[in-house]
Amino acid sequence: MSNIIDLSLSELVSNIKNKKISSNEATSAYVERSKKSRSLNAYNEETFDSALKKSTEFDSKPDLNKKLPGVPIAVKDLFCTKNVKTTASSKILNNFIPTYESTVTKNLWNDGAILLGKLNCDEFAMGSSNETSYFGNVISPIDKDLVPGGSSGGSASALAAKLTPATIGTDTGGSIRQPASFTGTVGLKPTYGSCSRYGIVAFASSLDQAGPMTRNVKDAALLLEVMSSFDNNDSTSVDFKRPMYSNDLSKNIKGKKIGIPKEYRVEGMSEEIEKLWEDGKKYLKDCGAEIIDVSLPHTKFALPTYYIVAPAEASSNLARYDGVKYGFRTEGDNLIDMYEKTRSAGFGDEVKRRIMIGTYVLSSGYYDAYYLKAQKVRRLIKNDFNNVFQKVDAILTPSTPSSAFKIGEKSNDPVSMYLNDIFTVPVNLAGLPGISIPAGLDKKGYPLGIQIIGKSFDEQNILNIAYSMEDKINFKFNLKEWWMNE
Amino acid sequence: MSKDFLIDRNGKKYEVVIGLEVHAQVLSKSKLFSTSPTKFGSEPNTQVSLVDAAFPGMLPVINEFCIKQAIKTGIGLNAKINNKSIFDRKNYFYADLPQGYQISQYKDPIVGEGSVVLDLASGSKTVGIERLHLEQDAGKSIHDIDPKNTLVDLNRSGVALMEIVSKPDLRSPDEVNVYIKKLRSIMRYLGTCDGNMQEGSLRADVNVSVRKQGDDKYGTRCEIKNVNSIKFMQMAIEHEANRQVDILEEGGKINQETRLFDTKKNETRSMRSKEDAHDYRYFPDPDLLPLEFDNDYVESIKKEIPELPDQKKSRFIEKFNLSSYEANILVSDLDTSKYFETVIENSDVKLASNWITGELFALLNEKNLEITESPITAKNLSKLINLIKDGTISGKIGKTVFEMMAEGDKNPIDIVKEKGLKQQSDPKELEKLVEKVINQNQDKVKEYKSGKEKLFGFFVGQVMKVSGGKANPQLVNEILKKKLK
Repeated sequence: MSNIIDLSLSELVSNIKNKKISSNEATSAYVERSKKSRSLNAYNEETFDSALKKSTEFDSKPDLNKKLPGVPIAVKDLFCTKNVKTTASSKILNNFIPTYESTVTKNLWNDGAILLGKLNCDEFAMGSSNETSYFGNVISPIDKDLVPGGSSGGSASALAAKLTPATIGTDTGGSIRQPASFTGTVGLKPTYGSCSRYGIVAFASSLDQAGPMTRNVKDAALLLEVMSSFDNNDSTSVDFKRPMYSNDLSKNIKGKKIGIPKEYRVEGMSEEIEKLWEDGKKYLKDCGAEIIDVSLPHTKFALPTYYIVAPAEASSNLARYDGVKYGFRTEGDNLIDMYEKTRSAGFGDEVKRRIMIGTYVLSSGYYDAYYLKAQKVRRLIKNDFNNVFQKVDAILTPSTPSSAFKIGEKSNDPVSMYLNDIFTVPVNLAGLPGISIPAGLDKKGYPLGIQIIGKSFDEQNILNIAYSMEDKINFKFNLKEWWMNE
Repeated sequence: MSKDFLIDRNGKKYEVVIGLEVHAQVLSKSKLFSTSPTKFGSEPNTQVSLVDAAFPGMLPVINEFCIKQAIKTGIGLNAKINNKSIFDRKNYFYADLPQGYQISQYKDPIVGEGSVVLDLASGSKTVGIERLHLEQDAGKSIHDIDPKNTLVDLNRSGVALMEIVSKPDLRSPDEVNVYIKKLRSIMRYLGTCDGNMQEGSLRADVNVSVRKQGDDKYGTRCEIKNVNSIKFMQMAIEHEANRQVDILEEGGKINQETRLFDTKKNETRSMRSKEDAHDYRYFPDPDLLPLEFDNDYVESIKKEIPELPDQKKSRFIEKFNLSSYEANILVSDLDTSKYFETVIENSDVKLASNWITGELFALLNEKNLEITESPITAKNLSKLINLIKDGTISGKIGKTVFEMMAEGDKNPIDIVKEKGLKQQSDPKELEKLVEKVINQNQDKVKEYKSGKEKLFGFFVGQVMKVSGGKANPQLVNEILKKKLK
């Protein structure tokens, strides 16, 4: 039998179900590997001992009808986990231990999964490189100089380095798909309203959505199936009939119409990305799909719109971190002084930058010109997609304008950092599902992803398309385990 | 009563223009966006959920009951109910505001324009309602327990409030009094707010401006924040209006500002000017979808609306022939009207109205009791009225019986029996008493017969006295007249 850590999530599940591998064996394997991989800085909090204990408990009374029977999983440190420190990678929450569990993680544990630990991310999920974390940047297993992407950088790194069989992230403007693309993994952002936001530290409420990050499309389908649920605790949760994504997964996409939006052919896009996109079209045609050129005319406004809407919501969402009730506090001479000292010391630069942008665009006198205008543009972007989806079943685009960049390369240039999200952000603004799958390597040998965007609640369709393409692409990356210490 | 309220200065008359923003706590078992209880007076921080304390990842979920209460109140204010409204975030930092924002309604409130009719001595007056919106209450900062720290109690955090904004239609402290009482009465009838000002269930921000009598443009207004009793509102208005007139008379200008009323010094003080006003950065709360319901929903709520004070008043006037004044007193408080209606199920309406507004109110006032705590039940008052009406006891004895009833809710029929208070209405018995009085007072009889007719009252009094107050006064009159001829 191959190494446990080389099994995909689905393979591991079937091995546990077939009693070929015990939960404790699997958990031990991942704990061992994670311990040897601390140089990646993927974990904010390790719960290895409790994971091992739980795996033994599971094995003593295994419920093999669960979808993730005794499967160890590390999750992004943005999900509140009962009695386990949850920091959002911020100093301001560096001592925060929730007494409650997020709905999404609760769904995982209810279906048999076991928490391995909490994974590093950009502070409050604000970033595209995992360099804004209070706990330091995460290193990509792809290459020691590379960022893993962000904000779910710890998740992507841990997944690509095989420190967890699968993981979950959150995606506000690309925070699942971009790191997936950078690390040669699969990342799915579900339709807004599919996964409950209850218990997830909020960044931008109208955009945030949790989703699976996995080694292949089938795993993504399985994990989404477990994560997604209607939740009365989240007013924006949508009560729709959730398919059995993994059971219904099919490679038959014959006759599907796939749109290619011309606006995504941005200036300065590399030949490699161009080729990747062309190859994608070819693969789809080979599968019997029809390629149709489409237009999403307001695409160029997506990034500025996003950088108004998201900071606006964030500036308000982060007001609760004030040193009064929980989390980090610096004492002050009076209330205002305490606020200023606490928030100055508790938040990092990128978070402060966004709070300031958000406060500015909501200020009286600027609200109409920025926030209100952005909401109108957001509507137009949504309409663009609605129009296109009259003609096509899904849209194919690159996931990112380039492969992973180097650590420190963009950290002093926020705008160039923001430009990384150019292909992912419109999907969040429109609330649509999007999946990034590995599609090839650039000339430096770094992974590149391709994105499939679907209609609202049509995850099954984009999963099927991704599943078919995955087969044709047959992505391989030779992971040299350079970071491991014995 | 509601005379014109004008401020006279150097021969010039100033009119006062007042608008109120009333904050009424929604009567509801749980909070606006969480399931925590709302009971008043509980131990600090015992009614606080993770949502109320704004823990990371917590989300508001609307309490449908509070929505219904707001719609009901809107209907009671004859107001437009908006089928779509939006919850916004009002952003500001304060220790007792855990989220760092208050969820409120800004541009699109649940209830639009309406009106309230006031009964004033000078006649009725309609006051316009601008809007009613729902919002969360904040917690409470306590500055006087710990010498160095401020303590925070979040029990109230997230409790539903209705902010009812009037048009600037009020013109005197008296009108403010009547307006607040009318609002409170309507909400108590509806069961949407208990109106308890001591517990803070009803508070108001008072907007005051002045202008010369006859001017049609409003003056610059000042807002007096968070006044929690009608008396203080009246005092604050009076002080503030005079302050503004003084400024104008000295050739000054009124600054638009927010002021605080100092109840100890009886004066208003500047809190912050318009320039320093908070920028609340209102925007729609992305955690909540727009609140939408159809007309059927509103219609179904309309069916639950009870008879309201104005309708009840009209009915009392029409059906029972009560004066507008009497009807007003009886309907202004729901419990009083209930008491009244129970009494008149079996007894005379006019007597019931007199006894309730007279003796009973005096008794309750003296003992500082609510009508629901009355020592005399409506059923027993009804029996007492019937004893008087059918002549079993006189009105005067009635008062004695009433006093005995007040000692503990005894049945007046039993009291009359036990104490032998039944009215003497036997003409033969009464004749004997009259003769006795005449015999004992021959000198007075002479005086009377020589023309001093005023003495008739003396004889009546003497007969009543020897009867122990039980003689039927009407019969005594008749017999005396005959005997003294």
